[in-house]
Amino acid sequence: MSEALLEASGLVAGYDVGVPIVNGASLRVEPGEIVAILGPNGAGKSTLIKAIAGLVPIAAGSIRLRGRDISRLPAHEMVRRGLGFVPQTDNVFAQMSVEDNLRLAAGILEARLRRARIDETLAFFPDLSQRRGLQAERLSGGQRQMLAVARALVVSPSVLILDEPSAGLSPKLVEIVFAKLAQIRRTGVTIILVEQNARAALAIADRGVILAEGRERHEGPAAALLGDPAIAQLYLGGRRAVLEARP
Amino acid sequence: MNLQFLADGLLSGMMIGLGAIGVTVTYSILRFANFAHGELLTSGAYVAWAASFALTALAGGAAPPLGPFSFGWTVLVGGVFAMLFSAALALAIDAVLFRRLRKGASIVVVMASFGASLALRSLIEFVFSSSPVYFSQELQISRPLGFGVRVTPDQLALIGVTAVLLVGVHLLMTRSQAGRSMRAVSENPTLARVVGVNVEDIVRLTWILGGALAAAAGAMTGILVQIRPYMGFDLLLPLFSAAILGGIGSVPGAIVGGIAIGIAEAATVDFIGSQWRAAVSFLLLIAMLLVRPRGLFGGRA
Repeated sequence: MSEALLEASGLVAGYDVGVPIVNGASLRVEPGEIVAILGPNGAGKSTLIKAIAGLVPIAAGSIRLRGRDISRLPAHEMVRRGLGFVPQTDNVFAQMSVEDNLRLAAGILEARLRRARIDETLAFFPDLSQRRGLQAERLSGGQRQMLAVARALVVSPSVLILDEPSAGLSPKLVEIVFAKLAQIRRTGVTIILVEQNARAALAIADRGVILAEGRERHEGPAAALLGDPAIAQLYLGGRRAVLEARP
Repeated sequence: MNLQFLADGLLSGMMIGLGAIGVTVTYSILRFANFAHGELLTSGAYVAWAASFALTALAGGAAPPLGPFSFGWTVLVGGVFAMLFSAALALAIDAVLFRRLRKGASIVVVMASFGASLALRSLIEFVFSSSPVYFSQELQISRPLGFGVRVTPDQLALIGVTAVLLVGVHLLMTRSQAGRSMRAVSENPTLARVVGVNVEDIVRLTWILGGALAAAAGAMTGILVQIRPYMGFDLLLPLFSAAILGGIGSVPGAIVGGIAIGIAEAATVDFIGSQWRAAVSFLLLIAMLLVRPRGLFGGRA
């Protein structure tokens, strides 16, 4: 088996000592793929990716990026190793301009590379490019989400991890954000995506991992998960649809 | 109407602004009100004073004043030394005291800062006595500027030095990566970590900046008036008022807030009575909290 880009094994993590939210979860991500992490509320999806990003303490298990152990690194080191993270809420610096958000993030790059990377990133997000001087708090919800993604992309991460990028967005904007993610993947960036909006996530993902009670329950190609009636019923909103259909 | 209060207020207000920058950045980045900030200012003034006299002694006992000013090069070098000292003192207090308590409730850190303030003030009083000291006893003749306003050469020089420091801090905060990182930690520490900012480095930078500016404000207040153990403590209310008036976390806000308080205090002394001077900061603070709690330039309440 070839070396995974990112591999988490037997992760136990949580905010309080002795109260694990992620309880023995494992995850293997190959270069260039989009992996959707799905599951019911409280399954530990967000905690899992926050633990990978260094934001939640890990009690046991390991995380390897290209074979190197990064399990105990502080969050500010993760981005230097190529792991970009986009939180679900408060994911831009609202008091700063679009340009300053990107400049701040580009600070970990060599000084001579920063300007070019900011310009390249803005070229990828024309909507932001026209608003580079605007304070981020004045952006719309969709533009903010794009800025959060752009901010993570400006340092050319090898893995981009997103926590519910569709949260709070209208269906039209969700479509735009997911189309953008597919476009980002085509540039060679590997994407891990936590989503409530399971169908939209699986539509662009290569694989899906379904988490329940802090560990993975099902895993498989996105198309197979979408087509599995049992999975659909349990985890993709199928059961709810059945219940709602009753008189 | 005599406009002298404007010149007096501008000068004392700029000093308050300089000290308030430390208060506002500490408050916004470390999320607590540091009541020991006044003692950073006092210790800076005493260290500048002691260093300038030590340098004068080393230079053979004489350091003639520069041009029309009351102070010589030894005071300037002593001032720089004091800025380094207060920055180091702020880092030391954080390492010994605040860092251990920061993870708990912020009221614990505030109380600890009260304790640090008391301890430092007593130490300063023990070492230097409670009698005031002066950089120079020389009298300066004030010169007319027009509109009935008179200023001494020292006052003009200190307005210049303060303006240079304020512009320097403003550029640091707005144009440098360190300044952007400080603003980032102030707004959202978790997101700052996600984008690669080492928050502990920024905390240290905050102490260095706050300590150094407090020392500069202390040394300059010492040149203009006198140096005494309670000078920083007495300035605490104006410093906090200036920081809140301008909006917590805003450097231009601290400066504008400081100048507003300085001018309001000077106007009160001129037009109402000097016994009301101390009440002005308090009144402005209450008025601002009632009308606009996030301050003039504050991003959030």
